[in-house]
Amino acid sequence: MAAVMVEEAAGFSFDLCRRNASLDKLGIKPPNVRKTGTTIVGVVYKDGVVLGADTRATEGDIVCDKNCEKIHYIAPNIWCCGAGTAADTENVTGMISSTLELHRYSTGRRSRVVTALTLLKEHLFKYQGHVSAALVLGGVDNTGPHLHTVYPHGSTDTLPYATMGSGSLAAMAVFEAKYKENLTREEAIDLVASAIKAGIFNDLGSGSNVDVCVITKDGKEMLRNFETPNPRTYNRSKGYVFPRGHTPVLSSSVKKLGDLVTVEDASPAAGELEAMEVDQKP
Amino acid sequence: MDKGPHGHVERPSWSPYDNNGGTAVAVAGEDYCVIAADTRMSTGFSILTRDHTKLFKVSDKCVLASAGFQADAKTLQKTLDARHQQYQHKHNKEISCPAMAQLLSNTLYYKRFFPYYTFNLLGGLDNEGKGCVYTYDAIGSYERTGYSCQGSGQQLVMPVLDNQLKSASPLVLPAVSSATPLSEAEAMDLIKDTFASAGERDIYTGDAVEIIIINRKGIRKEVLPLKKD
Amino acid sequence: MLGPAPGPPAAHVPYAGESSVPGAAGHKFDVPVDGPAKHTNDPYVTGTSVLGIKYKDGVLIAADTLASYGSTIRYKSIERLHKVNDHTLLGASGEISDYQYISNLLEELATDDFNHDDGLQLNPKEIYAYLTRVLYNRRNKFDPLWNSLVIGGVKNGKSFLGVVGMIGAAYEDDHVATGFGNHLARPIFRSEHRPDMTEDEGVALLEKCLRVLYYRDKQSINKVQVAKVTEKGIEISRPYALASEWSYQAFVDPTKGAEGSW
Repeated sequence: MAAVMVEEAAGFSFDLCRRNASLDKLGIKPPNVRKTGTTIVGVVYKDGVVLGADTRATEGDIVCDKNCEKIHYIAPNIWCCGAGTAADTENVTGMISSTLELHRYSTGRRSRVVTALTLLKEHLFKYQGHVSAALVLGGVDNTGPHLHTVYPHGSTDTLPYATMGSGSLAAMAVFEAKYKENLTREEAIDLVASAIKAGIFNDLGSGSNVDVCVITKDGKEMLRNFETPNPRTYNRSKGYVFPRGHTPVLSSSVKKLGDLVTVEDASPAAGELEAMEVDQKP
Repeated sequence: MDKGPHGHVERPSWSPYDNNGGTAVAVAGEDYCVIAADTRMSTGFSILTRDHTKLFKVSDKCVLASAGFQADAKTLQKTLDARHQQYQHKHNKEISCPAMAQLLSNTLYYKRFFPYYTFNLLGGLDNEGKGCVYTYDAIGSYERTGYSCQGSGQQLVMPVLDNQLKSASPLVLPAVSSATPLSEAEAMDLIKDTFASAGERDIYTGDAVEIIIINRKGIRKEVLPLKKD
Repeated sequence: MLGPAPGPPAAHVPYAGESSVPGAAGHKFDVPVDGPAKHTNDPYVTGTSVLGIKYKDGVLIAADTLASYGSTIRYKSIERLHKVNDHTLLGASGEISDYQYISNLLEELATDDFNHDDGLQLNPKEIYAYLTRVLYNRRNKFDPLWNSLVIGGVKNGKSFLGVVGMIGAAYEDDHVATGFGNHLARPIFRSEHRPDMTEDEGVALLEKCLRVLYYRDKQSINKVQVAKVTEKGIEISRPYALASEWSYQAFVDPTKGAEGSW
């Protein structure tokens, strides 16, 4: 039989856009996606960059992950906070980190923040805002510390302090009130943590814990759950233990399996097993 | 003229309704009623205040909890309070909880075509001193039950109450008491845990929960802090 | 969403139940007995956030003096803090003409109080309850007054601070803010405000928040007023300017050391 080879087009498939539009007209809703209604921030300090994020992920008005990670890996010296649709922030940062990894293999040089920024904005601009990732990109390279924001449509900013997500106003209020130039490492971490807490406590889309990531020319330090300011305030004294027999048995019947099937030994012979192990080696 | 992102002119628009969030729970026992609501008042993704009571004491034996749109809830409370005063002048006694339950239904249905956007629970003691809980929809359909919950956390809380408190159907004959078998302390324990759990997952529920306990000794209030995120 | 809506104000549209037959019961003539429509159906000239806090001796309320026309900075000396009586202060954001109409209503209330000649005046909570009803009743007529109002006051040693929104939703708190202030000022209030602050601390906190709003709310300016309500009465400051900071190196030369795609 002659096989017809159809070359796959690169990039996302848009075949179903017209179908989706007509379904939409009929009032059929697309599935809900997980949004990280979020507070993410970053600040440049004397020796590097500090990034911060809350850890709440929401689906509509329900919290679906109370301790998720929003600070994504781009390169050993570059990290990226993501707000927007979780799938988009995770995949877009993953794709760019993969590109940079290959780039490092071929150049043998450390990745630059501006390269990551350019790759991100080119990708997002191409998809005209349909890839809904709002990012705070930070890192230290041969040219020094850098901090940027990237909007879903592909525009970018270069800033000494930056916020994104539904808690961005609360966090920005803290920066505008407290930022000063040439912060020390401790001051920068402090400022980032209070900006994130402003989001956690004032924005309903943000909550739970504070994640912090410090990047300097000597490497990065990930301070996962740097603060956990939201412990549960009450636990039921008797818990929710259901004792054996809690669910009433209405009826029961027992059938012997041996009466219905024949049991045979199916363990492989010694020779077969060796062949299989050889096959698995790359 | 401002053109919006989709090319058409954007005019400022408004809605006569808002959802200010919040959850209310009530449990009735043989000789008590516990009714509780959180104190967060929000709009959209913002908290307006962490300390806004959703509970309204109609009489010494009757408390109303309202989630939903605060302005409608306030108006409803004022209307019921005025009607209760008229009742007292006419009958020289406080209104009973079952009578107030009917009045609340009528008041809600009166605005059938421009409803109060409120989700109500009425809790108290009936004429025999038994705990009673009445649960409503926004336009006045109501039912006496042994326990109920209303508001933004309803979908999270109701299955837990069903599991822990399942009481007899109001349809079975001969009629079975709708009150739950829990003691007052057990009911308090369950309600507190319920709000702590709703606060974990519902973004509109939090800050604190006010709990009012009505029994033959009288009426008292407890406040439990909740997560503020 | 605030924005300019040019064009003539909409003509009077009969409400449901109102007859359009002249002379019939319920008919309103072109110039009704209660005068022509005094309002616009959407906001034209607007004021942005009002901030309020309780402090040791009473209440402080602050606002800038801008009245915007859409996103145009149109009138830069409109005072949005209004003395209602000896112990109640009103701060208004939203439609300026609706605010002036509300001021007239309050003026009439104060005149009524005066005419009783018993020395009594409505207390802050009564003014708040009254305004809540005014705004709620207008929303019931689908004809809202486009304002968020801050009401502050002190009477008989008790401080009062509350907000009423355009559809009648109202709440009291130790610190309040309208509009953008809810997003930018209240996070700062929640971490730094105490009800036992001194006047100097309170004014410093309000100025800090007004400055943040000046940086981030495009409908605000740095010309502001702060008003004080205490047991002794009301003082409203003259408008004054807030200092601001624009000289960070990163603002002056953001691409220094790394040219690229920005």
